[in-house]
Amino acid sequence: MDVDLEAVLEAKKAQYKSIEVRKDVELQYDVGNLLATDLNPLDHHAMKSRRDEYLKGLARDNTQLLINKIWQLPVEKADGMILVELPTPSTVLPREKPIPKPKGLTAWETFAKAKGIKNRKRSRMVFDESGQEWKPRWGYKRVDDPKDKWMIEIPDRADPYEDYFEKQAEEKKEKIAKNEYKRLKNISRTQKGGRLKAPLPPPLTKDMSKYQLTHALGKAKEATASIGKFTKSLPDEPVPKRAKKTQVGPVAGDMAAERKKNLEILSSVTKRKEVVDAEKAANRHMAQEQRSKRQKQQSEGVFSKGIKPKKTQPKNRGRGRGGKNRK
Amino acid sequence: MRALTDEETRVVFEKLSKFVGENLRYLVERPDGSYCFRLHRGRVYYVKEALMKWATNIGRKNLISMGVCVGKFTKSKKFHMQITALDVIQSYSKFKMWIKPNAEQAFLYGNHVSKSGLGRVTENMVQYQGVLLYSMSDIPLGFGVTSKTTQECRRAEPATVIAFHQADTGEYIRSETTLV
Repeated sequence: MDVDLEAVLEAKKAQYKSIEVRKDVELQYDVGNLLATDLNPLDHHAMKSRRDEYLKGLARDNTQLLINKIWQLPVEKADGMILVELPTPSTVLPREKPIPKPKGLTAWETFAKAKGIKNRKRSRMVFDESGQEWKPRWGYKRVDDPKDKWMIEIPDRADPYEDYFEKQAEEKKEKIAKNEYKRLKNISRTQKGGRLKAPLPPPLTKDMSKYQLTHALGKAKEATASIGKFTKSLPDEPVPKRAKKTQVGPVAGDMAAERKKNLEILSSVTKRKEVVDAEKAANRHMAQEQRSKRQKQQSEGVFSKGIKPKKTQPKNRGRGRGGKNRK
Repeated sequence: MRALTDEETRVVFEKLSKFVGENLRYLVERPDGSYCFRLHRGRVYYVKEALMKWATNIGRKNLISMGVCVGKFTKSKKFHMQITALDVIQSYSKFKMWIKPNAEQAFLYGNHVSKSGLGRVTENMVQYQGVLLYSMSDIPLGFGVTSKTTQECRRAEPATVIAFHQADTGEYIRSETTLV
């Protein structure tokens, strides 16, 4: 059978859309980011009548244009694969995390700023006179390294039996600890809110006050894996004072339990008042007396004719501490 | 907003029981629904449970008020009752004083109650007892503390103060800004 090759090709071609897309305004490309921006206005009529179809077509056309653009780049072939090296992206993307805030000044930096002290650049290498060679000012194999000294001269009128090498090592350790403490203090000062949540323990020095020692001892006792549960106390050890922690119930938890607790508190509050109140009892007694007196007077009719009742003599007359009448 | 601690609850109850005594039980355990006391920004609110649960959705900074404000804690952790508490305590109050119409205004301007203004009074009141103050037509006007017992009141001179002013309904106008 005779096959019309051209017709078959045409038919095959007609299945796919053309790779050529015509646009009124050309797209903006950032091939490095595989980004194409279409600035052409949308066809509002098409958007209303056949929205999905229109948008799909638009996406297809623009993707085609982007791919056309990629194909214009130089192509390499490696291991039977076609590779394109993308150019550097031109669109600036915002960073994921916020810009870090500038670090606060350390104690020394604030002081230097106030005094107008400026850093002088000092050379890293120093000439060592004794060794006749250049050595670094600090760090490994530094100049005047105490490790190089095999002998230390004992100072005047000092204890000759003390280990001065050990003393030196101790001093260095102390310096490191002090520096670390200052570093932490710098961080705590410059952090938001002024200071770290827990106050820094005081640096362990020889001249600590009694309070500081007690505090440090309390902290050290608790600094074990079992939070000081098995730490033995020394005889007559001072107990550091601690603020009582108040317990607050949940905002909206078990209401029945809360009510029960409130009732318990209420009963304890009202119970205290059930003790005989002398004042109240006296008042009640006075009221009763007054009432009975009034009733008595009314029944006798003493006040009915405006006659004053004869005053009865007080029983203790002449017996008390009587001032003028005293004999 | 948070629940009161045991100590705070005790302080609040002690103050409230000065006015309502044993009847405070009916405020804690109400038959018509579940009510609770909540602390928010130093003020104590008497709130219906459902309302309190809704209020938990509002941030601490945004929540201004809820339910009835009973009073506030001072910085030294004393509890001061506020005039808004009048509605809560008035139906359970044990001790009452009725003020004569001509003395009403003086009290509503924040003055103490003198003997001359006293209309009626509950029997057997002790000194420094929390007391509700009513007008002669039974309208609650505020509350205060007695300075004399009921017996002493009878014989007091007209100018003597018989009840110290604590709160009055005039505060709704006078201290409108500080009440919330």
